[in-house]
Formats: sequence, C-alpha cells, structure tokens
Amino acid sequence: MKNRIGVYVCHCGSNISDYVDVEKVKEIAGKENDVILSKTTMFACSDSAQNEIVDDIKEQNLDGIVVASCSPKLHLNTFRNVAQRAGLNPYNYIQVNIREQCSWAHSDNKPGATEKAIKLVRAGIERAKHSQALTPISIPSKNAVLVVGAGIAGMRAAIELAEMGTEVFLIEREYFVGGRASQWNELFTTNETGREVVSRLYNKIIKTKNITLFTGADIDSKSGSVGDFDIKIKIKPRHVKSGCVLDLEKFKKAVDVCPVEFDDPFNFGLTKQKAIYKNYPSEFPEIPAIDFDRCNKCGECVKICPDIDLEQKEEILNINVGAVLLTTGASPYEPQKGEFGYKEIDNVITLQQLKRLIDLNEDELTYHGKKIKNIAYVYCVGSRQVDGENKYCSRYCCTSAIHTAIMVKEKYKGINNFHFTRGVRTYGKQEILYNKSSKQGDIFLQSFEDSPTEVYHEKGQTVVKIKDILTADKELEVNADLVVLVTGMVPRENNSINNILKVPIGRDKFYNEIHPKLRPVETVIDGVLIAGACQAPLNITESVKSALSAGAKVNSLISKGEIELEPTLAQIDKSSCNWCDKCTDVCPYNAIVKKEYDGKTIAVVNEANCKGCGICLPVCPSNSIQLIGYTDVEIESMIEALID
Amino acid sequence: MEKNKTAPKILVFSTEKISDPAIDLAGLLKKHYPSTVYTINVPCSSAIKSRWILHAFEKGFDGVFIAADGTDCSYSETCTERTGEVVQRTHDLMKEKGIDPAKLKMAAICSVCSEPFVKHMKNFVNALSN
Repeated sequence: MKNRIGVYVCHCGSNISDYVDVEKVKEIAGKENDVILSKTTMFACSDSAQNEIVDDIKEQNLDGIVVASCSPKLHLNTFRNVAQRAGLNPYNYIQVNIREQCSWAHSDNKPGATEKAIKLVRAGIERAKHSQALTPISIPSKNAVLVVGAGIAGMRAAIELAEMGTEVFLIEREYFVGGRASQWNELFTTNETGREVVSRLYNKIIKTKNITLFTGADIDSKSGSVGDFDIKIKIKPRHVKSGCVLDLEKFKKAVDVCPVEFDDPFNFGLTKQKAIYKNYPSEFPEIPAIDFDRCNKCGECVKICPDIDLEQKEEILNINVGAVLLTTGASPYEPQKGEFGYKEIDNVITLQQLKRLIDLNEDELTYHGKKIKNIAYVYCVGSRQVDGENKYCSRYCCTSAIHTAIMVKEKYKGINNFHFTRGVRTYGKQEILYNKSSKQGDIFLQSFEDSPTEVYHEKGQTVVKIKDILTADKELEVNADLVVLVTGMVPRENNSINNILKVPIGRDKFYNEIHPKLRPVETVIDGVLIAGACQAPLNITESVKSALSAGAKVNSLISKGEIELEPTLAQIDKSSCNWCDKCTDVCPYNAIVKKEYDGKTIAVVNEANCKGCGICLPVCPSNSIQLIGYTDVEIESMIEALID
Repeated sequence: MEKNKTAPKILVFSTEKISDPAIDLAGLLKKHYPSTVYTINVPCSSAIKSRWILHAFEKGFDGVFIAADGTDCSYSETCTERTGEVVQRTHDLMKEKGIDPAKLKMAAICSVCSEPFVKHMKNFVNALSN
C-alpha cells in the first residue's frame, strides 16, 4: 500500500477555481492519511508544474501522486509520463476529474462543487494508496484506415496516409468526389479553381496503389475497437456500369430523354437537374450516375446507353481497419424563410448561389432575367446569431464574400458592391483582399448586433437598410438589384454516422475534439479521428492542415503494428476458486481456461486473450476474480471516501 | 450548502469509453445536475459487482445508477444482457436486505448522451427525494 502520496489541485486558469475553492480542497487533502504534500497549481499541465511534480517525487520519495484537474481523457498520459520521468511507475498516478465532472457541471452551485471536489480527491487518494505498479499490454493493430468523406480534406489525408505506408479505404457518400470545393470557382490565394484542386488530388489518388476509393458509399455498421475495427460499407448502385467509357454525345442524349427534373443541388437550385447526371463535364469519377430516389425507372436512357443498368443492387463490403478518420465536411447555412427576405423577396440569394451564378453567367450578370448592377451583401447570416443557436463566427465568410465581390467586379462591368457587415474579419493574408476591395470602390457599412441590417421590398424595389456605426449611426439605404446573404457554415447532416460511431458533438453541432490545442484531431472514441470542416468552420487551407495533422496522428497510432493498452487484466484467486464454468461461459474472448492446480480444478486467465472487460467479475459465486485497477479494495475504499 | 445536506447522494458507475465521455460532455456543455452525484468509472458496465453496489448503500448512498454501455459496448455484444443480469441479481440481494430495489437504476448512456444523463440524474434525485 502506498503511503507517501503527493496531491496537486489545479486551478486550470480559472476553469476550476472560479467554481471550486481549490485552496480548501488542497488543505483538506493535505490532512488525509499517507498524504505527504498537497499543493495547488495554476496549470498542472504546464512545463513548470510538471517539473515541480518530478522534483517533488524525487525529493520527497513519493510513491503515489494524485492530480485533480481535467478529464483523464485529456491529460492521463501527460501525468503518467511525469511519473515515469521521476522514476515512479505511471500506474501509481491517479487523475481526478474536478473540471468536466465537477466545476463545469456544477458551476451553478459553488459550495456544492467544492464539497464534491473534496470527496473526489479523497477517493483519488484512496485509489492511489491501493494502486499497483503495472506494465502496459500490447495488441496487434491493422495498418489500415477508413477515411470518411472524399472532399479536399479527406483526399489530402488519404494521400498522406498512403504515402506513409498505411492502406486507405476512402469512401464518399455522393457519387462524385471533391465535396464543396468542386462548387467553387477561383480560390484565394492561388487563383486555382476548386475543380482544379479536386482534379489534381483525384488523379493522385487513382495513381496511388494503396488507396481504394468507393463513391456512393457510407458506413453501415461497426464492431471492434481501436486497432481492429470491422466495418461494413454500404455502396449504393450507380446504375451505370463501372467499365463504361463516357461517350459525351450519348450521355447528353440520355440526359435529354430523362423526363425527371428537379432543382439542382450542385447549383443550389439555380438550374434544373435530371435523374441521370454529372454536375460538370470533368467531374470525377468520370462515369455519370443516376439519382435512383428520383428516377422514375422509365428506361428511356437505357435505350440510348447500354451501359446504364437499372437493375444494379446495393452492395455491402466488409473491411478491417485500425482507425477511422472522419472528414465529412460542412454545408452552407440555409436561411429560414423570411430571414433577411430569403425565399420571400425574389432577388435575395445566398453567397453560395452567387458563386454558382458567376459560373453560369458568362458576359453579363443577370438574375431572373434582370441585369444586376447594385449588389448588397448582408454579413453574418447564420453566424454570431443573437437569437439563434449558431453563436460562433464561421470565419471563412467575410473573406469569401469580399473575394466573390472582387470577382464579380472583375468579371462584369458596372457593378457596385455594398457590404452590410458586423465588422470585417479577414484575418491573416486575407486582409489583402479587404484592401483590394476597398481600393476598387466597394462600400463597407457596419452595424451592431442589436440593430441588424433590414431587407424589405417597397414600391417595386428591394431595399437594404442599416444604422451605420461608421457614419455616426446614420440610417443608410441601398436599392439592391441583388441581395446576397453571406451565410455561415454548419456541419453536414451525418445522422447515420453519428449513430454508429458516437463521436461527441459540441454546442456548435460540429464534432468535438479531445482538446482544441493539445489533441486537436482526436476524439474520445479511441481510434476515431476528425479533420477538416466537420470539426469547425475552416477554409480549405486550414482543412488541409488539419487533414495532414490527422493523417500523421492516424499513422503514428496504427503503423507500428501494435497498440499499447491499459494492463487491465482479470486475476483469479487460486485458493478460493472452485471451477464452476460461469466465468468461462460469459467471457467473450475465450480468455479463461480450466486448469488442475494443487489437487483441484480451477479457472485461470489466459492473459494473451484477456481484454480486461471484467464481464467475468460479477458472475463468480466465490468472488475469486479481481480486475487489476478495479479491485474490490480500490472500488470500495473509493465509495467510502465519496460518502465520508 | 443547505441543499446539498438534504439532496440524495447518488453513485454512478460509468464506463471509460462510452458513458464517461457523455458525463464529461455534460460538464463541457455546462448542463447542470445535482452536485451530490459522484462517478466511479469501470471498463464495462457488465463488470460491476453486486457487492460494490451493496457497499455503496451500506455506507450511505441513497441511490446507485449504472450508466451502461448498451449496444455500443466494444467488448461484448452480450453487454446489455450481462449488465441486466447484474441489476437483477442486485435487486434480489437488495430485497433480501430490505433495500428498495428502485434505488438501483440502469440506463444505456452512449458517448454523446449528455442530455439523457442529466435528465436521468435529475429524475433520479427527484424520485429519491420523494
């Protein structure tokens, strides 16, 4: 039993100490039996605090340490490494969560939070007293990854992983790769188009041996855990044979004869789409697809193109991977009906629609047959909402709006751009665009959130009005030919993936990383990582950085062929065990076997097979089984400390 | 402080990979629940021994809640069934000891089930208070 324990209570800046009286917790912990020292620390994870703990362990000859701070999901390994650096076995370190499960959960009740923190720390001390020195166990891991989403981030991560020697299964829910980027024309800062970037990545992917791409594919189910996930992939039929060499003339005829017509999602409803389609000629893969949910199965297209097969069936593919990387991206915010006149006033569109409109209008910018001269951009639609749920800034939209306004002015003559902002956030190099647009004569106006820009229709005119703080609160109006709502970013709808993988989602509805600075691409689900705009509003550059980071993290996790796991194993007391078969019966891993010992039959644990689930513990009638790290004495002493 | 003296004390057995992240997420989202709820985590909810639960009651906890893995368990497909058996056995032992079985509850809490967890805790505290 450990009897020289050190306790460290973290302020976490003020995340803990704003709600928990950390000095009181420290004082009471210091009076516990076998506690040699008790300290508070501003940031226990800081280098200086870590060095102090190392020095204390060495100087005070500590045989156990307790750090009361954040969730162990974040810093368990940090402090285990601290223990190891000081020569203490890492498993003699106990982390007590007084942030997520105390100060934050009870920020409405400071005395209650302090009382709870005291008890949690006491329980931690008890656990440390009974802790054992252990060595981690290793399990084999498959050096293969499933990347979900073949947008820019997913494709870039796939290439990076493949080049590092990891086998990559890349799946895309849509029939074509590229995600949102393929909808955008010229990009800042390189002036390449989104399609050019997508094309370059796709060409690299098809030439890379160890990437297998499936389009129209989604996760159907998942079993197993980190290092060894068994995943079923559901692949929708394309209804065009895979060996089909695209004959453009035939394809055009097939499109012409298709009687089904609906708003084109690629062009945000500005044009119509047929059931057989490609969004643009050079789209990848080059084979067209049929939207079977909308297709009326008339068979007219089959008469023209024999490669069309309306009888194709859905396929299920089984893959085994060590990790999953989610790069499912984001969507533009869809304004509510009536929000700044959207879908009520005819000439109110979104920024994304304007981008497509520029692509579709060659010499003259027109909308619904009317030539456009004055464009009013209304910023922060669906972002920084005062009343709505989206409190966050979508970050990319100021730059995107200004960039688009510059493109409009460069492409068409006689355009006047009016920007109705809540403050322009063209951070970093993007400020260049802001300067350029100002110099070219764009007008920037600004209001506070308490007096938002108004859009209304009056006397045949669409009017945009602002109380402009840049001109001493003057009410200014613009008669706009086109009102462009600069909409923010929201995560894509991923209900089925979310139900299967259970990756935590934050208040902003994007996937939640373990820590935004320290573990920015990992989730609390071991072996499931995130990158790109599924995690937060990011522009393409930032998405690619995040994808490369996640790629490196995935590779370092699974490429060694084995993963270190907790040494949590079942142990059977030979003296009290009288073979009854109950533990063998419930063990999912065949980890318990019969053995003759000292004249009787007993159960023994095959440590190579034991996964440390503990399912055998409660079925033992003689209570002969203990789980390392969760022994009766540890659990029961913690219970006593919590109630004391 | 006053409300903590009277509020029922609940011991939650959470699981490291599944339900504990949900309880963390509740804190992260500042979803409040009574501060007399204490958590001990284990690898899998099917590993919880009846004696631990009975020990909690003997020492003074008013309620025990098993935040079970449910069908998300990465260890075993039988987790739900086995955890159910733990609850059933413990309910029988509680009856023998004259403890109301309603003081032991179980629900599957997935890794993103912060809202259901908070709701369970509030309902359980209310039920125990009455």
